[in-house]
Amino acid sequence: MDRPTGIITRTRDWLLSDTPASATQAAAGRAYLGLRLFGRNRLAVLGLAIIVALVALALFAPQIAPYDPIATDLTNRLQAPSTSHLLGTDEVGRDIFSRIVWGSRLTLYIIGLVAIIAAPVGILVGTVAGYFGGFIDIVLMRLTDIFLAFPKLILALAFVAALGPGIENAIIAIAITSWPPYARIARGETITFRNADFIRAIRLQGAGPIRIITGHIMPLCLSSLIVRVTLDMAGIILTAAGLGFLGLGAQPPMPEWGAMTSTGRAYILDHWWLITMPGTAIFVVSLAFNLLGDGLREVLDPRSDS
Amino acid sequence: MSAPMLMIEALGIVFGHGAARNRALQEVSFSVPQGGSFGLVGESGSGKSTVLNCIAGLLDRWTGTIKVADQVLQGRRKLSFSRQVQMVFQDPYASLHPRHTVDRTLREPLAIHRLGDASRRVVQVLREVGLGPQFRFRYPHQLSGGQRQRVAIARALILEPSLLLLDEPTSALDVSIQAEVLNLLQDIRTQRHLTYLLVSHDLAVVSHMCDQLAVMCQGVIVETISREQLQSGEISHPYTGQLLLAGKGYDRAAIDAFQDFLPTSQQ
Repeated sequence: MDRPTGIITRTRDWLLSDTPASATQAAAGRAYLGLRLFGRNRLAVLGLAIIVALVALALFAPQIAPYDPIATDLTNRLQAPSTSHLLGTDEVGRDIFSRIVWGSRLTLYIIGLVAIIAAPVGILVGTVAGYFGGFIDIVLMRLTDIFLAFPKLILALAFVAALGPGIENAIIAIAITSWPPYARIARGETITFRNADFIRAIRLQGAGPIRIITGHIMPLCLSSLIVRVTLDMAGIILTAAGLGFLGLGAQPPMPEWGAMTSTGRAYILDHWWLITMPGTAIFVVSLAFNLLGDGLREVLDPRSDS
Repeated sequence: MSAPMLMIEALGIVFGHGAARNRALQEVSFSVPQGGSFGLVGESGSGKSTVLNCIAGLLDRWTGTIKVADQVLQGRRKLSFSRQVQMVFQDPYASLHPRHTVDRTLREPLAIHRLGDASRRVVQVLREVGLGPQFRFRYPHQLSGGQRQRVAIARALILEPSLLLLDEPTSALDVSIQAEVLNLLQDIRTQRHLTYLLVSHDLAVVSHMCDQLAVMCQGVIVETISREQLQSGEISHPYTGQLLLAGKGYDRAAIDAFQDFLPTSQQ
Protein backbone atom coordinates (compact mmCIF):
# COMPACT_ATOMS: atom_id res chain seq x y z
CA MET A 1 0.00 0.00 0.00
CA ASP A 2 1.44 3.39 -0.93
CA ARG A 3 1.67 6.22 1.48
CA PRO A 4 -1.20 8.58 0.54
CA THR A 5 -3.84 5.85 0.69
CA GLY A 6 -2.30 4.78 3.96
CA ILE A 7 -3.06 8.18 5.43
CA ILE A 8 -6.58 8.17 4.04
CA THR A 9 -7.29 4.69 5.33
CA ARG A 10 -5.87 5.58 8.71
CA THR A 11 -7.99 8.73 8.91
CA ARG A 12 -11.07 6.75 8.00
CA ASP A 13 -10.29 4.07 10.55
CA TRP A 14 -9.80 6.80 13.14
CA LEU A 15 -13.15 8.34 12.24
CA LEU A 16 -15.04 5.05 12.18
CA SER A 17 -13.39 3.66 15.29
CA ASP A 18 -15.70 1.64 17.53
CA THR A 19 -13.64 2.74 20.48
CA PRO A 20 -13.16 6.50 20.20
CA ALA A 21 -10.58 7.80 22.66
CA SER A 22 -12.04 11.26 23.11
CA ALA A 23 -15.29 13.16 22.80
CA THR A 24 -13.87 14.99 19.77
CA GLN A 25 -13.17 11.73 17.97
CA ALA A 26 -16.67 10.45 18.74
CA ALA A 27 -18.24 13.63 17.39
CA ALA A 28 -15.98 13.66 14.32
CA GLY A 29 -16.87 10.06 13.56
CA ARG A 30 -20.53 10.86 13.82
CA ALA A 31 -20.16 13.86 11.53
CA TYR A 32 -18.22 11.76 9.02
CA LEU A 33 -20.99 9.15 8.87
CA GLY A 34 -23.58 11.87 8.35
CA LEU A 35 -21.47 13.43 5.61
CA ARG A 36 -21.14 10.06 3.86
CA LEU A 37 -24.89 9.57 3.95
CA PHE A 38 -25.38 13.11 2.64
CA GLY A 39 -22.85 12.52 -0.15
CA ARG A 40 -24.93 9.64 -1.51
CA ASN A 41 -27.73 12.05 -2.39
CA ARG A 42 -26.42 13.64 -5.62
CA LEU A 43 -29.12 16.31 -5.81
CA ALA A 44 -28.48 17.41 -2.24
CA VAL A 45 -24.78 17.76 -3.04
CA LEU A 46 -25.75 19.86 -6.07
CA GLY A 47 -27.91 22.04 -3.82
CA LEU A 48 -25.05 22.46 -1.38
CA ALA A 49 -22.69 23.32 -4.25
CA ILE A 50 -25.02 26.06 -5.46
CA ILE A 51 -25.30 27.52 -1.97
CA VAL A 52 -21.52 27.40 -1.49
CA ALA A 53 -21.22 29.19 -4.87
CA LEU A 54 -23.74 31.78 -3.69
CA VAL A 55 -21.72 32.39 -0.53
CA ALA A 56 -18.53 32.69 -2.59
CA LEU A 57 -20.31 35.11 -4.93
CA ALA A 58 -21.36 37.24 -1.99
CA LEU A 59 -17.92 37.15 -0.37
CA PHE A 60 -16.01 38.08 -3.51
CA ALA A 61 -18.64 40.34 -5.08
CA PRO A 62 -16.21 43.27 -5.55
CA GLN A 63 -13.75 41.01 -7.40
CA ILE A 64 -16.35 39.13 -9.47
CA ALA A 65 -18.70 41.92 -10.55
CA PRO A 66 -17.25 43.69 -13.60
CA TYR A 67 -19.28 46.89 -13.12
CA ASP A 68 -20.56 49.08 -10.32
CA PRO A 69 -24.06 47.74 -9.47
CA ILE A 70 -25.46 51.21 -8.80
CA ALA A 71 -23.72 53.49 -11.30
CA THR A 72 -26.06 54.36 -14.16
CA ASP A 73 -24.96 54.60 -17.78
CA LEU A 74 -27.84 55.92 -19.84
CA THR A 75 -26.01 55.54 -23.17
CA ASN A 76 -25.91 51.79 -22.62
CA ARG A 77 -29.45 51.24 -21.37
CA LEU A 78 -31.43 48.08 -22.21
CA GLN A 79 -28.52 46.31 -23.91
CA ALA A 80 -29.15 42.66 -24.76
CA PRO A 81 -26.80 40.06 -23.23
CA SER A 82 -23.40 40.28 -24.94
CA THR A 83 -19.74 39.73 -24.18
CA SER A 84 -19.35 43.14 -22.55
CA HIS A 85 -22.58 42.81 -20.53
CA LEU A 86 -23.00 39.09 -19.85
CA LEU A 87 -26.63 39.31 -18.82
CA GLY A 88 -27.44 42.63 -20.50
CA THR A 89 -28.18 45.99 -18.91
CA ASP A 90 -31.31 47.41 -17.32
CA GLU A 91 -33.41 50.48 -17.98
CA VAL A 92 -30.75 52.89 -16.64
CA GLY A 93 -27.78 51.06 -18.11
CA ARG A 94 -26.64 49.11 -15.03
CA ASP A 95 -24.97 45.76 -15.68
CA ILE A 96 -27.46 43.04 -14.63
CA PHE A 97 -24.77 40.44 -13.93
CA SER A 98 -23.04 42.81 -11.49
CA ARG A 99 -26.34 43.59 -9.83
CA ILE A 100 -27.15 39.90 -9.40
CA VAL A 101 -23.69 39.29 -7.92
CA TRP A 102 -24.08 42.15 -5.45
CA GLY A 103 -27.70 41.12 -4.83
CA SER A 104 -26.52 37.74 -3.53
CA ARG A 105 -25.23 39.63 -0.47
CA LEU A 106 -28.71 40.98 0.21
CA THR A 107 -30.29 37.56 -0.28
CA LEU A 108 -27.88 35.92 2.14
CA TYR A 109 -28.29 38.80 4.57
CA ILE A 110 -32.07 38.33 4.57
CA ILE A 111 -32.17 34.55 4.94
CA GLY A 112 -29.32 34.58 7.46
CA LEU A 113 -30.97 37.12 9.72
CA VAL A 114 -34.40 35.53 9.42
CA ALA A 115 -32.96 32.14 10.35
CA ILE A 116 -31.02 33.64 13.27
CA ILE A 117 -34.12 35.36 14.62
CA ALA A 118 -36.93 32.93 13.81
CA ALA A 119 -35.35 29.54 14.52
CA PRO A 120 -34.17 30.25 18.11
CA VAL A 121 -37.45 31.97 19.00
CA GLY A 122 -39.40 29.03 17.58
CA ILE A 123 -37.34 26.34 19.30
CA LEU A 124 -37.39 28.19 22.62
CA VAL A 125 -41.15 28.76 22.61
CA GLY A 126 -41.84 25.21 21.43
CA THR A 127 -39.58 23.36 23.86
CA VAL A 128 -40.66 25.44 26.85
CA ALA A 129 -44.34 24.96 26.00
CA GLY A 130 -43.87 21.24 25.37
CA TYR A 131 -41.75 20.54 28.43
CA PHE A 132 -43.82 22.38 31.02
CA GLY A 133 -47.24 21.73 29.53
CA GLY A 134 -50.30 22.99 31.38
CA PHE A 135 -50.85 26.71 31.65
CA ILE A 136 -47.52 27.75 30.09
CA ASP A 137 -48.24 25.50 27.12
CA ILE A 138 -51.72 26.96 26.64
CA VAL A 139 -50.50 30.57 26.74
CA LEU A 140 -47.54 30.01 24.43
CA MET A 141 -49.37 27.88 21.91
CA ARG A 142 -52.38 30.23 21.66
CA LEU A 143 -49.89 33.01 20.99
CA THR A 144 -48.37 30.83 18.30
CA ASP A 145 -51.82 30.11 16.87
CA ILE A 146 -52.51 33.83 16.62
CA PHE A 147 -49.34 34.40 14.62
CA LEU A 148 -50.09 31.34 12.50
CA ALA A 149 -53.55 32.64 11.66
CA PHE A 150 -52.16 35.67 9.86
CA PRO A 151 -51.39 35.20 6.17
CA LYS A 152 -47.60 35.49 6.07
CA LEU A 153 -47.23 38.02 3.29
CA ILE A 154 -50.13 40.16 4.51
CA LEU A 155 -48.73 40.38 8.05
CA ALA A 156 -45.33 41.19 6.60
CA LEU A 157 -47.01 43.90 4.53
CA ALA A 158 -48.74 45.29 7.62
CA PHE A 159 -45.44 45.38 9.51
CA VAL A 160 -43.63 47.06 6.69
CA ALA A 161 -46.48 49.54 6.37
CA ALA A 162 -46.24 50.30 10.09
CA LEU A 163 -42.46 50.42 10.34
CA GLY A 164 -41.73 51.89 6.91
CA PRO A 165 -40.30 50.15 3.85
CA GLY A 166 -36.71 48.99 3.95
CA ILE A 167 -34.71 45.80 4.06
CA GLU A 168 -34.33 45.65 7.86
CA ASN A 169 -38.06 46.03 8.39
CA ALA A 170 -38.73 43.39 5.77
CA ILE A 171 -36.42 41.03 7.65
CA ILE A 172 -38.16 41.71 10.97
CA ALA A 173 -41.54 41.22 9.32
CA ILE A 174 -40.54 37.90 7.76
CA ALA A 175 -38.92 36.67 10.98
CA ILE A 176 -42.01 37.52 13.02
CA THR A 177 -44.20 35.54 10.67
CA SER A 178 -41.93 32.51 10.27
CA TRP A 179 -41.26 31.37 13.85
CA PRO A 180 -44.68 29.81 14.68
CA PRO A 181 -44.23 26.65 12.57
CA TYR A 182 -40.85 26.05 14.26
CA ALA A 183 -42.48 26.41 17.66
CA ARG A 184 -45.09 23.86 16.65
CA ILE A 185 -42.52 21.35 15.45
CA ALA A 186 -40.34 21.83 18.53
CA ARG A 187 -43.33 21.42 20.83
CA GLY A 188 -44.49 18.26 19.09
CA GLU A 189 -41.03 16.71 19.33
CA THR A 190 -40.64 17.81 22.95
CA ILE A 191 -43.89 16.13 23.95
CA THR A 192 -42.69 12.81 22.54
CA PHE A 193 -39.48 13.04 24.61
CA ARG A 194 -40.86 14.69 27.73
CA ASN A 195 -41.64 11.46 29.53
CA ALA A 196 -38.92 9.34 27.98
CA ASP A 197 -36.83 7.34 30.43
CA PHE A 198 -33.67 9.29 29.65
CA ILE A 199 -35.39 12.55 30.61
CA ARG A 200 -36.81 10.94 33.77
CA ALA A 201 -33.35 9.65 34.59
CA ILE A 202 -31.71 13.06 34.34
CA ARG A 203 -34.56 14.62 36.31
CA LEU A 204 -34.01 12.04 39.04
CA GLN A 205 -30.36 13.05 39.03
CA GLY A 206 -31.36 16.54 40.01
CA ALA A 207 -31.22 18.42 36.71
CA GLY A 208 -33.34 21.56 36.55
CA PRO A 209 -35.63 22.52 33.67
CA ILE A 210 -33.05 24.82 32.03
CA ARG A 211 -30.45 22.07 31.85
CA ILE A 212 -33.00 19.52 30.63
CA ILE A 213 -34.42 21.79 27.93
CA THR A 214 -31.13 23.14 26.59
CA GLY A 215 -28.96 20.06 27.03
CA HIS A 216 -31.34 17.19 26.48
CA ILE A 217 -34.45 18.28 24.61
CA MET A 218 -33.15 20.95 22.23
CA PRO A 219 -30.48 18.74 20.64
CA LEU A 220 -33.20 16.24 19.77
CA CYS A 221 -35.46 18.89 18.23
CA LEU A 222 -32.60 20.54 16.39
CA SER A 223 -32.28 18.09 13.52
CA SER A 224 -35.87 18.27 12.33
CA LEU A 225 -35.76 22.02 12.85
CA ILE A 226 -32.64 22.45 10.72
CA VAL A 227 -34.33 20.49 7.96
CA ARG A 228 -37.45 22.60 8.22
CA VAL A 229 -35.54 25.90 8.28
CA THR A 230 -33.54 24.88 5.22
CA LEU A 231 -36.69 23.96 3.35
CA ASP A 232 -38.23 27.27 4.43
CA MET A 233 -35.27 29.24 3.10
CA ALA A 234 -36.77 29.03 -0.36
CA GLY A 235 -40.00 30.49 0.96
CA ILE A 236 -38.12 33.23 2.81
CA ILE A 237 -36.26 34.19 -0.37
CA LEU A 238 -39.56 34.28 -2.24
CA THR A 239 -41.25 36.37 0.46
CA ALA A 240 -38.31 38.78 0.51
CA ALA A 241 -38.41 38.95 -3.27
CA GLY A 242 -42.17 39.43 -3.10
CA LEU A 243 -41.81 42.33 -0.70
CA GLY A 244 -39.10 43.75 -2.95
CA PHE A 245 -41.36 43.27 -5.94
CA LEU A 246 -44.14 45.21 -4.18
CA GLY A 247 -41.66 47.97 -3.38
CA LEU A 248 -41.81 47.29 0.38
CA GLY A 249 -38.48 45.48 0.81
CA ALA A 250 -35.11 46.72 -0.32
CA GLN A 251 -35.34 50.22 -1.76
CA PRO A 252 -33.82 51.37 -5.04
CA PRO A 253 -31.07 51.51 -6.07
CA MET A 254 -30.20 48.44 -3.96
CA PRO A 255 -29.68 45.44 -6.24
CA GLU A 256 -32.27 43.20 -4.59
CA TRP A 257 -33.46 40.42 -6.87
CA GLY A 258 -37.17 40.86 -6.17
CA ALA A 259 -36.99 44.61 -6.74
CA MET A 260 -35.10 43.95 -9.98
CA THR A 261 -37.85 41.69 -11.33
CA SER A 262 -40.34 44.36 -10.35
CA THR A 263 -38.68 47.07 -12.43
CA GLY A 264 -38.12 44.59 -15.25
CA ARG A 265 -41.85 43.96 -15.47
CA ALA A 266 -42.38 47.16 -17.45
CA TYR A 267 -40.04 45.89 -20.18
CA ILE A 268 -41.06 42.23 -20.17
CA LEU A 269 -42.20 42.12 -23.80
CA ASP A 270 -39.30 43.84 -25.57
CA HIS A 271 -36.42 43.34 -23.15
CA TRP A 272 -36.94 39.90 -21.59
CA TRP A 273 -33.57 39.72 -19.84
CA LEU A 274 -34.45 42.43 -17.34
CA ILE A 275 -36.90 40.15 -15.51
CA THR A 276 -35.60 36.74 -16.56
CA MET A 277 -32.09 37.05 -15.12
CA PRO A 278 -32.95 37.98 -11.50
CA GLY A 279 -35.98 35.67 -11.69
CA THR A 280 -33.70 32.79 -12.66
CA ALA A 281 -31.36 33.65 -9.80
CA ILE A 282 -34.25 33.48 -7.31
CA PHE A 283 -35.39 30.20 -8.83
CA VAL A 284 -31.95 28.56 -8.74
CA VAL A 285 -31.18 29.56 -5.16
CA SER A 286 -34.64 28.54 -3.90
CA LEU A 287 -34.30 25.18 -5.64
CA ALA A 288 -30.83 24.71 -4.15
CA PHE A 289 -32.16 25.22 -0.64
CA ASN A 290 -34.97 22.74 -1.25
CA LEU A 291 -32.54 20.11 -2.53
CA LEU A 292 -30.22 20.71 0.41
CA GLY A 293 -33.15 20.46 2.81
CA ASP A 294 -34.19 17.12 1.38
CA GLY A 295 -30.64 15.81 1.67
CA LEU A 296 -30.34 17.04 5.24
CA ARG A 297 -33.60 15.35 6.10
CA GLU A 298 -32.14 12.03 5.04
CA VAL A 299 -29.11 12.58 7.25
CA LEU A 300 -30.68 14.22 10.28
CA ASP A 301 -34.24 13.01 10.55
CA PRO A 302 -34.22 9.63 12.24
CA ARG A 303 -37.68 8.82 10.90
CA SER A 304 -36.70 9.02 7.24
CA ASP A 305 -33.92 6.43 7.21
CA SER A 306 -36.04 3.39 7.98
CA MET B 1 -31.47 -4.34 63.11
CA SER B 2 -30.90 -0.67 62.24
CA ALA B 3 -33.61 1.72 61.11
CA PRO B 4 -35.23 0.82 57.79
CA MET B 5 -33.69 2.44 54.71
CA LEU B 6 -37.07 2.72 53.10
CA MET B 7 -40.45 2.71 54.75
CA ILE B 8 -43.73 3.00 52.91
CA GLU B 9 -47.04 3.31 54.68
CA ALA B 10 -50.50 3.31 53.15
CA LEU B 11 -49.27 4.54 49.78
CA GLY B 12 -52.11 5.25 47.38
CA ILE B 13 -52.52 6.99 44.05
CA VAL B 14 -55.45 7.58 41.74
CA PHE B 15 -55.17 8.15 37.99
CA GLY B 16 -57.93 9.72 35.91
CA HIS B 17 -61.32 11.09 36.83
CA GLY B 18 -64.90 9.92 36.64
CA ALA B 19 -65.44 6.75 34.65
CA ALA B 20 -61.72 6.49 33.85
CA ARG B 21 -60.85 6.74 37.54
CA ASN B 22 -58.35 4.08 38.42
CA ARG B 23 -57.01 3.48 41.89
CA ALA B 24 -53.57 2.34 40.76
CA LEU B 25 -52.26 1.86 44.29
CA GLN B 26 -54.20 1.19 47.47
CA GLU B 27 -52.81 0.97 50.98
CA VAL B 28 -49.39 -0.25 49.91
CA SER B 29 -47.11 -0.67 52.92
CA PHE B 30 -43.73 -2.31 53.32
CA SER B 31 -40.28 -1.50 54.59
CA VAL B 32 -36.79 -2.39 53.51
CA PRO B 33 -33.98 -2.60 56.09
CA GLN B 34 -30.63 -0.93 55.58
CA GLY B 35 -28.62 -3.09 53.17
CA GLY B 36 -31.65 -5.23 52.43
CA SER B 37 -33.09 -6.24 49.12
CA PHE B 38 -36.81 -6.19 48.60
CA GLY B 39 -38.74 -7.40 45.59
CA LEU B 40 -42.07 -6.29 44.22
CA VAL B 41 -43.66 -8.91 41.99
CA GLY B 42 -46.81 -8.80 39.96
CA GLU B 43 -48.19 -8.89 36.47
CA SER B 44 -48.26 -5.93 34.08
CA GLY B 45 -50.46 -3.16 35.39
CA SER B 46 -50.33 -4.32 38.99
CA GLY B 47 -48.82 -0.99 40.06
CA LYS B 48 -45.34 -2.17 40.96
CA SER B 49 -43.52 0.38 38.79
CA THR B 50 -45.87 3.07 40.05
CA VAL B 51 -44.51 2.48 43.54
CA LEU B 52 -40.99 3.20 42.25
CA ASN B 53 -42.11 6.33 40.44
CA CYS B 54 -43.75 7.63 43.62
CA ILE B 55 -40.56 7.08 45.60
CA ALA B 56 -38.39 8.64 42.89
CA GLY B 57 -40.59 11.73 42.75
CA LEU B 58 -41.48 11.14 39.10
CA LEU B 59 -45.12 11.04 40.13
CA ASP B 60 -46.77 13.34 42.61
CA ARG B 61 -50.22 13.58 44.16
CA TRP B 62 -49.84 10.26 45.94
CA THR B 63 -51.15 9.78 49.45
CA GLY B 64 -49.59 8.05 52.42
CA THR B 65 -46.05 8.22 53.79
CA ILE B 66 -42.70 7.47 52.19
CA LYS B 67 -39.63 7.63 54.41
CA VAL B 68 -36.10 7.25 53.09
CA ALA B 69 -33.47 6.90 55.82
CA ASP B 70 -35.96 8.24 58.37
CA GLN B 71 -36.74 11.36 56.36
CA VAL B 72 -40.30 11.84 55.21
CA LEU B 73 -40.52 12.65 51.49
CA GLN B 74 -42.97 15.28 50.45
CA GLY B 75 -43.35 17.81 47.67
CA ARG B 76 -40.42 18.31 45.33
CA ARG B 77 -37.31 16.32 45.93
CA LYS B 78 -34.26 18.18 47.15
CA LEU B 79 -31.02 18.03 45.21
CA SER B 80 -29.49 15.87 47.96
CA PHE B 81 -32.21 13.27 47.34
CA SER B 82 -30.50 12.37 44.04
CA ARG B 83 -27.38 11.38 45.93
CA GLN B 84 -29.44 9.09 48.13
CA VAL B 85 -31.81 7.38 45.71
CA GLN B 86 -31.19 6.42 42.09
CA MET B 87 -33.08 4.30 39.62
CA VAL B 88 -32.31 1.86 36.82
CA PHE B 89 -35.00 1.78 34.18
CA GLN B 90 -36.48 -1.16 32.39
CA ASP B 91 -35.66 -0.45 28.76
CA PRO B 92 -31.97 0.28 28.14
CA TYR B 93 -32.88 1.42 24.63
CA ALA B 94 -35.03 4.23 26.02
CA SER B 95 -33.13 5.22 29.11
CA LEU B 96 -29.97 6.61 27.49
CA HIS B 97 -30.00 9.90 25.59
CA PRO B 98 -29.42 8.95 21.93
CA ARG B 99 -27.21 11.95 21.17
CA HIS B 100 -25.00 11.80 24.26
CA THR B 101 -21.88 9.69 24.55
CA VAL B 102 -21.47 7.39 27.54
CA ASP B 103 -18.96 9.90 28.88
CA ARG B 104 -21.44 12.77 28.72
CA THR B 105 -24.22 10.69 30.26
CA LEU B 106 -21.99 9.87 33.22
CA ARG B 107 -20.45 13.32 33.56
CA GLU B 108 -23.71 15.22 33.66
CA PRO B 109 -24.79 14.09 37.16
CA LEU B 110 -21.31 14.96 38.41
CA ALA B 111 -21.67 18.45 36.93
CA ILE B 112 -25.12 18.90 38.47
CA HIS B 113 -23.84 17.98 41.92
CA ARG B 114 -20.54 19.82 41.42
CA LEU B 115 -18.45 16.74 42.13
CA GLY B 116 -14.87 17.15 41.00
CA ASP B 117 -12.48 14.64 39.50
CA ALA B 118 -15.04 13.69 36.88
CA SER B 119 -12.71 11.84 34.54
CA ARG B 120 -11.43 9.48 37.21
CA ARG B 121 -14.93 8.82 38.55
CA VAL B 122 -16.26 8.01 35.08
CA VAL B 123 -13.48 5.52 34.32
CA GLN B 124 -13.84 3.96 37.75
CA VAL B 125 -17.60 3.49 37.62
CA LEU B 126 -17.32 2.05 34.10
CA ARG B 127 -14.78 -0.46 35.34
CA GLU B 128 -17.09 -1.31 38.21
CA VAL B 129 -19.93 -2.25 35.85
CA GLY B 130 -17.54 -4.29 33.72
CA LEU B 131 -17.02 -1.88 30.84
CA GLY B 132 -13.52 -0.91 29.78
CA PRO B 133 -12.39 2.61 28.96
CA GLN B 134 -12.89 1.86 25.26
CA PHE B 135 -16.64 2.23 25.83
CA ARG B 136 -16.32 5.69 27.29
CA PHE B 137 -16.84 7.77 24.18
CA ARG B 138 -19.33 5.56 22.41
CA TYR B 139 -22.86 6.57 21.58
CA PRO B 140 -25.69 4.33 22.80
CA HIS B 141 -26.28 3.02 19.27
CA GLN B 142 -22.76 1.57 19.35
CA LEU B 143 -23.63 -0.55 22.40
CA SER B 144 -25.55 -3.79 22.83
CA GLY B 145 -28.57 -4.01 25.11
CA GLY B 146 -26.56 -5.50 27.94
CA GLN B 147 -23.84 -2.87 27.60
CA ARG B 148 -26.44 -0.13 27.60
CA GLN B 149 -27.97 -1.47 30.78
CA ARG B 150 -24.49 -1.52 32.34
CA VAL B 151 -24.12 2.14 31.41
CA ALA B 152 -27.52 2.84 32.97
CA ILE B 153 -26.37 1.09 36.14
CA ALA B 154 -23.13 3.11 36.08
CA ARG B 155 -25.16 6.29 35.75
CA ALA B 156 -27.20 5.34 38.81
CA LEU B 157 -24.05 4.46 40.77
CA ILE B 158 -21.96 7.51 39.93
CA LEU B 159 -23.80 9.64 42.49
CA GLU B 160 -23.04 7.01 45.15
CA PRO B 161 -26.64 6.50 46.31
CA SER B 162 -27.57 4.25 49.19
CA LEU B 163 -30.91 3.10 47.79
CA LEU B 164 -31.23 1.79 44.26
CA LEU B 165 -34.62 1.40 42.61
CA LEU B 166 -34.52 -1.29 39.93
CA ASP B 167 -37.45 -1.26 37.53
CA GLU B 168 -37.37 -4.62 35.76
CA PRO B 169 -33.66 -4.14 35.07
CA THR B 170 -33.31 -7.29 32.99
CA SER B 171 -36.66 -7.91 31.36
CA ALA B 172 -35.63 -6.20 28.11
CA LEU B 173 -32.44 -8.27 27.81
CA ASP B 174 -31.59 -11.65 26.33
CA VAL B 175 -31.77 -14.51 28.78
CA SER B 176 -28.00 -15.04 28.67
CA ILE B 177 -27.33 -11.38 29.40
CA GLN B 178 -29.95 -11.28 32.17
CA ALA B 179 -27.89 -13.52 34.44
CA GLU B 180 -24.76 -11.42 33.87
CA VAL B 181 -26.53 -8.20 34.75
CA LEU B 182 -28.21 -9.74 37.79
CA ASN B 183 -24.89 -11.07 39.07
CA LEU B 184 -23.33 -7.66 38.48
CA LEU B 185 -26.10 -6.05 40.53
CA GLN B 186 -25.57 -8.60 43.30
CA ASP B 187 -21.82 -7.92 43.39
CA ILE B 188 -22.34 -4.17 43.47
CA ARG B 189 -24.78 -4.48 46.34
CA THR B 190 -22.31 -6.44 48.40
CA GLN B 191 -19.43 -4.10 47.61
CA ARG B 192 -21.26 -0.85 48.15
CA HIS B 193 -23.65 -2.01 50.89
CA LEU B 194 -26.61 -0.79 48.89
CA THR B 195 -30.28 -1.25 49.56
CA TYR B 196 -32.28 -2.53 46.59
CA LEU B 197 -35.92 -2.24 45.74
CA LEU B 198 -36.43 -4.48 42.74
CA VAL B 199 -39.54 -4.61 40.62
CA SER B 200 -40.09 -7.61 38.39
CA HIS B 201 -42.73 -9.85 36.96
CA ASP B 202 -40.32 -12.75 37.17
CA LEU B 203 -40.42 -14.64 40.46
CA ALA B 204 -37.18 -16.41 39.61
CA VAL B 205 -35.33 -13.10 39.31
CA VAL B 206 -36.81 -11.81 42.54
CA SER B 207 -36.06 -14.96 44.50
CA HIS B 208 -32.47 -14.83 43.20
CA MET B 209 -32.01 -11.20 44.14
CA CYS B 210 -34.18 -10.45 47.15
CA ASP B 211 -34.42 -11.45 50.80
CA GLN B 212 -38.05 -10.45 50.95
CA LEU B 213 -40.74 -9.87 48.44
CA ALA B 214 -44.25 -8.54 48.17
CA VAL B 215 -46.71 -9.82 45.60
CA MET B 216 -48.86 -7.12 44.04
CA CYS B 217 -52.12 -7.51 42.21
CA GLN B 218 -54.35 -4.67 41.00
CA GLY B 219 -52.55 -2.06 43.09
CA VAL B 220 -52.72 -4.02 46.32
CA ILE B 221 -50.08 -6.06 48.09
CA VAL B 222 -51.67 -9.47 48.50
CA GLU B 223 -48.82 -11.14 50.33
CA THR B 224 -45.38 -10.35 51.77
CA ILE B 225 -43.08 -13.36 52.17
CA SER B 226 -39.40 -14.14 52.61
CA ARG B 227 -37.23 -15.87 50.05
CA GLU B 228 -37.14 -19.02 52.15
CA GLN B 229 -40.92 -19.13 52.31
CA LEU B 230 -41.14 -18.73 48.57
CA GLN B 231 -38.60 -21.45 47.90
CA SER B 232 -40.25 -23.90 50.24
CA GLY B 233 -43.63 -23.11 48.76
CA GLU B 234 -45.06 -21.63 51.94
CA ILE B 235 -47.42 -19.29 50.20
CA SER B 236 -50.82 -18.33 51.43
CA HIS B 237 -52.45 -16.38 48.59
CA PRO B 238 -53.59 -18.29 45.50
CA TYR B 239 -52.41 -15.47 43.23
CA THR B 240 -48.80 -16.06 44.32
CA GLY B 241 -49.21 -19.72 43.48
CA GLN B 242 -50.53 -18.79 40.09
CA LEU B 243 -47.54 -16.48 39.45
CA LEU B 244 -45.20 -19.23 40.55
CA LEU B 245 -46.83 -21.66 38.17
CA ALA B 246 -46.77 -19.16 35.30
CA GLY B 247 -43.04 -18.69 35.81
CA LYS B 248 -42.38 -22.39 35.24
CA GLY B 249 -43.21 -22.24 31.57
CA TYR B 250 -46.20 -22.58 29.34
CA ASP B 251 -48.58 -25.33 30.23
CA ARG B 252 -51.96 -25.40 28.56
CA ALA B 253 -53.82 -27.05 31.41
CA ALA B 254 -52.32 -24.74 33.99
CA ILE B 255 -53.11 -21.62 31.97
CA ASP B 256 -56.71 -22.73 31.49
CA ALA B 257 -57.08 -23.16 35.22
CA PHE B 258 -55.93 -19.57 35.87
CA GLN B 259 -58.45 -17.16 37.22
CA ASP B 260 -58.72 -13.41 37.54
CA PHE B 261 -58.45 -12.35 41.12
CA LEU B 262 -60.16 -8.99 40.79
CA PRO B 263 -62.97 -8.02 38.43
CA THR B 264 -61.00 -5.67 36.15
CA SER B 265 -57.91 -7.79 35.73
CA GLN B 266 -55.83 -6.97 32.69
CA GLN B 267 -54.49 -9.68 30.47
